[in-house]
Amino acid sequence: MVLITRKIEFAASHLYHNPELSPEENRRVFGKCNNPHGHGHNYALEVTVAGEPDPVTGMVLDLKELKEILEREVMQRMDHRFLNYEVVELKGKIPTCENIARVIWELLEPKIKKGRLHRVRLYESADLFADCYRNGAGGV
Amino acid sequence: MQSREDYRSSGSFAYAQDKAAPLRIELGRRYRFAASHRLHTEALSEEENARVFGKCANPYGHGHNYMLEISVSGEVDPATGMIANLGDLDSFVEREVIEAFDHHSLNEDVAAFRNVVPTTENLCIEIFKRLKSFPKAKLERVRVQETTNNSFEYSGEGSNAV
Repeated sequence: MVLITRKIEFAASHLYHNPELSPEENRRVFGKCNNPHGHGHNYALEVTVAGEPDPVTGMVLDLKELKEILEREVMQRMDHRFLNYEVVELKGKIPTCENIARVIWELLEPKIKKGRLHRVRLYESADLFADCYRNGAGGV
Repeated sequence: MQSREDYRSSGSFAYAQDKAAPLRIELGRRYRFAASHRLHTEALSEEENARVFGKCANPYGHGHNYMLEISVSGEVDPATGMIANLGDLDSFVEREVIEAFDHHSLNEDVAAFRNVVPTTENLCIEIFKRLKSFPKAKLERVRVQETTNNSFEYSGEGSNAV
């Protein structure tokens, strides 16, 4: 089995706010991420697909195809968007790295027809990221 | 639906995802610290130390900018969208690791390395020991990058299991 990874970057804004908590609790739990008009990040997304290279093409899947899936499912939905208000899949969820990574997994998994989705890693900054796997720890 | 064991034993590769398996989310966080160390052991002669550790055995030690990456897992709290509050995680790591190691000599200032060579392998194990009691999430893995060209990982398994 071979793992192949494609990386894309998108810029988006968000804020953390739970309407079921009081303003003071929101402030305490989310800190400056609760600022009412939001803030933004350059997100980096690494998508890893596992599979066997096709004996004819030598490819697990055509990276061009993966690029198109990422463009359609992620870039068009999230790039230069306000995640809380413009991404329906995140409605009612706090748009943390954890939740965005899961949404991206759920968008991508049914679209990948060759190989299988192994890992979605979403960086919110160089020092903070979330990994999503289908299987056990570390995707194994 | 076939089990994953069936896929493995079927002889042909089947990529259908086991949809019954739940999605797992891990939170990854990176920290940095600068520390000095010397690779040297009393168990070997000076010549053997020099042969095994090379310039890392130079008597006064040397330093690195270490990058520590930790991964934790757990349920994502629907109220916060988080596995663990970052402030809680950061203050725990700061207290247990960064304060003890940053701008220190690993050999001289960290009791665990009095009789253990502070290689980055052993550093990973020591950091795992210090962080595994984080109360808000499960520590999955520790990865330490000693330089941009080498990194080491430990997930609490093997004969050194902690």
